Parts: sequence; structure tokens; C-alpha cells
Amino acid sequence: MRRVSRASPASTDNVKSGEKMIKFENVSMTYSKNGLPALSEVSFEIADGEFVFLVGQSGAGKSSVLRLLIREEKSLTGSVMIDDVDLGQLKEKDIPQLRRNIGMVFQDFRLLPDKTISENVAFALQVLNKTKAEINQTVPAVLDLVGLLDKANRRPEQLSGGEQQRVAIARALVNRPAILMADEPTGNLDPDTTVEIMRLLDQINKAGTTVIMATHDAGIVDQMRKRVIEITGGQIVRDQARGVYGYS
Amino acid sequence: MSSLTNRTKFVFGEVWQGISRSITLTIALIATFAISLSLLGVSLLVGSQVSEMKDYWFDKVEVSIFLCTSGSDTPSCVGGPATPEQKTAIRNDLEAMQPLVAEIFFESQQDAYDRFIERFKASPISANVTPDQLPESFRIKLSNPEEFTAVVNKFLSRPGIEAVRDQRATLSKLFSVLNGLRALAFGFALAMLVVTALLVGNTIRVTAFARRREIGIMRLVGASKMALRMPFLLEAIFGAFIGGIFATGVLSLIKGYLIDQIIANSFSFTSFFGWQAVVTASLICLVSGTVLALVTAWFGIAKHLKI
Repeated sequence: MRRVSRASPASTDNVKSGEKMIKFENVSMTYSKNGLPALSEVSFEIADGEFVFLVGQSGAGKSSVLRLLIREEKSLTGSVMIDDVDLGQLKEKDIPQLRRNIGMVFQDFRLLPDKTISENVAFALQVLNKTKAEINQTVPAVLDLVGLLDKANRRPEQLSGGEQQRVAIARALVNRPAILMADEPTGNLDPDTTVEIMRLLDQINKAGTTVIMATHDAGIVDQMRKRVIEITGGQIVRDQARGVYGYS
Repeated sequence: MSSLTNRTKFVFGEVWQGISRSITLTIALIATFAISLSLLGVSLLVGSQVSEMKDYWFDKVEVSIFLCTSGSDTPSCVGGPATPEQKTAIRNDLEAMQPLVAEIFFESQQDAYDRFIERFKASPISANVTPDQLPESFRIKLSNPEEFTAVVNKFLSRPGIEAVRDQRATLSKLFSVLNGLRALAFGFALAMLVVTALLVGNTIRVTAFARRREIGIMRLVGASKMALRMPFLLEAIFGAFIGGIFATGVLSLIKGYLIDQIIANSFSFTSFFGWQAVVTASLICLVSGTVLALVTAWFGIAKHLKI
């Protein structure tokens, strides 16, 4: 696993090496809950520094792709690789190290209500045993990046939905991951706020972080004109550079 | 180093949050630990007391070999009072049984009479007793009182000997009661420890549920298995420790107040366990409570905290 930190929050480098970072090869998996097929024979590659939309209906298998990448799930057949590491072969003790290299954002923000904004972000560093000096330096920087430095001492409930999602993004970025994954990050947000969040994700991507976003919001996909991987019934039906949500 | 203290602060902060958020659960946890560890401690103290009484009494226990008198009517006394030859033979045999036989003391009829009068001087019965009615006897102390049957078997129904008595026989009833009590207390303690283990497991599960948000985030950002489990382990150990301290208090109260102030005054026939027994029992309580907490929490949480 490469541990080079990309996308230092304050950096504005635009590094796109084009190296294949994520590789799905004939991946099939079933839902661990009910054993129904979730993905079948899925293959694709995502290069370093790419911005990719995963689109499709609810239950199409978008989240399964993300869950495989953080080893919440294991593929039944095929292989999921990140930087030449086969996640299926990863030992349990090495899973945390994998996740430290991936930031994750969800539709429901998942903030801790009894902690302040800066404490929420610092939490991600504290559980990794980072020094106080490092926390004091990194947290304000990443809050500044998402434009919430002035609200560092507020609690989540005092923030709007868009602001809460920005806190979640700050927390996902604070450990300087190479990959940022977002599962319907704008699902709970109004259109204006959605645009703000998309701008932020774009900015993060431009700074060098690979961004993978699962969504069924046609509007933003059409607007962003990034690579689109469409999944239907657990299979890739389209993989298009600078795509739109649907053909018709 | 600063990272370590920082980390400690963070972990304890999380533990404190867990405790204060589910305060009733924490109280239940501590109470169960307190009760079960107290019971365990009491059973250990009962055990110490039984040993103490055994030591105390066995020290005083003697085997008595009563010789035939003119009035004896047991089959071994048909030849009348014990002859000097018989007495010499008995003494020689006893001496041959060293080192089991540690001390031999011959009590003459006059000695027996003096002791009798001394003991019953307030009673009218003493006026009717004469020395020749009382048997001569050999009083024997054994180096290991448990082996008194060896002595009994050797001398029982031998001509010139009316009876062989072991005071232990009387005491053994008392000891069997005490041993029963000890077993009962220990059984209770074990049952309580099982209940405690179940409750710890349950509390941990509920705590894990209450903290599922934090746990979810910790997993996502790549917290290690140990970092995930640590708050739960510490919470269980905290419960065990406070419960153990309470148990220590209960045991000290039993010794300092119940035994020393009340019971010891009314029961002067025996000695009681000392503070050393309280210290030992308390330490056993604290250690076993902590181990129980650790093991139960570790396995209780394993199911709920997969990586």
C-alpha cells in the first residue's frame, strides 16, 4: 500500500499521473445480509487523481463498489486492487491501514452530535493516535479548506445541512487520504447547497485526490461532465469519460 | 511521550463519556461486581476462619487413652484395673510411635480428680466423687492430628484400656458445618460471578449500541482493533475495580467491626482470622474481578466490533 500523502488540504497541486490506482477485475459479490447477488463480473479501472461518478438506481450496486474498496465486504470472485494490493488477500490487521488511505463521506453526514465541529474533525486523528501538535495544526487547515474555520466551536446541530456535509468532508480529508469516496453526499441537500458541495469536491480532486462519488442525482452528473460508470442490476452498463447521467 | 498522554486523555475521555451517558448501566455493573466480589471475599474469609479454627483447636486436641478402673465394665476391662505391666507396655508402644506421637502425659487418678474438682467446683456433684472412681489416662498430642485413627486402631479394645477418645471427633462435626458454610459461600460467589459475567457482556453490548456512531466513524477512519476495544475494556475494568474496592470495604468492615468488636467478645473459645486474611481476600477479589471483566468484555465485544 502506498502511503504517499496526496492532497494536503491546503495544497493546490494538480497532479494527475494517470497511473491505475483502483482496479476491479471480474468482481462478483453477494449481499452478506441475504445472499442475493449485488455485483456480477464487474471490471473497471480508476487512475490516480480521477473524478468518477458511480450512477444507477438505488440497489444497483453502487454502494457495494464502495464497500468493497474499504473492505467492509469481500468479493466472491475476481479481485479488487488498490495500488497493486489485492484487498481480498488483506489480513484483518491491515484493514485499518487501508481505510486510513481512504476518506469516506455519507448522505447522513455521520457527525458526533456532542462534539464541536473541530472536535469532530480531530476525532479522526485522535483515534489514530496523532500528536496534539499535529491535530492543532491540521484541523484548522482542513476546516479552512471547507470554509468552516469560523464555526469551529459550533455543534453540528447549529449548522445547515450543507455545512454539516462540509464538516464530514473535512473529517474525511484530515488524514490526507489518496482517495475520497462519497456515497450520495448531496442526497439530503437542496440544489444550491449541492452545487457548493460539488465545487468543494471538484476543488479537492484538482488538488490531487481521487474522488469517487456514488449518486443518482442526474443534475450534478450532467453539469460536472466527469467520467461516469453506470451500474444496473450489479453490472456495468456504461463507462464513459465526460459523461452525462443518462443517454436520453 | 506527549502522544501517549494525549492518547490516554482521549481514551479516558471516551470512557468517561460512555460511563456518564449510560449511568444506570454503569451503576448496575459496579453493583453487581461489588456484590459478587463481596460474596467471593466473604467465602474466602470463611475459609480462612475454618483454617484458623482448625489450627487453634487441633493445637489443643489430644487423644486420651483411658485405662480400666475397678468399676469399668467394657470387655477389655474384664481383667480388672490396668496392671503396671500393661501401663508400661502402652507407654512403650506410644513412644515407639514417635514422631506422630509428639507428647505423652500420664494422668494419675489423683491428677484426674484435681482437674475434675477444679472444673466442677461450683457443682454439688464434686462432693460425691472420689479419686478411685476416675480412670487413669495417657494424654497424647499428635504431630499431625489428622492421623489420630492410627492411634485409635492400635489401642482400641486392648486389655487394660477402657476407651480411646479423640476430641477431634467432636470438633469434626463443627468443622463439617464450617466447611459446608464455606462451600455454600463459595458456590454463591461463583454463581454471582457467572451473573456478573453475563451482565458485563450485556452492558458492553448496550454500550456498543449506544456508541455505534463513534464506533462506525472509528472503523471508517482506520482505527485499529485495539483502539476500538480499549474504551469498552477500560469501562469493564473500571466497574470491576470500583466493585472490588467496595468488596474490600465490606471485608474490612466484617473484620474490623463484626469480628473484632462484636463476635470476638462473645466467642472467646476460638481465635479469629487476622488482617492478613482480609488483605489476601481483597487482592483475590480485585484481581479476579479485573480478569473476569477483561475476559468477558473482550469476548463480549468481539462479536459487535468486527474490523
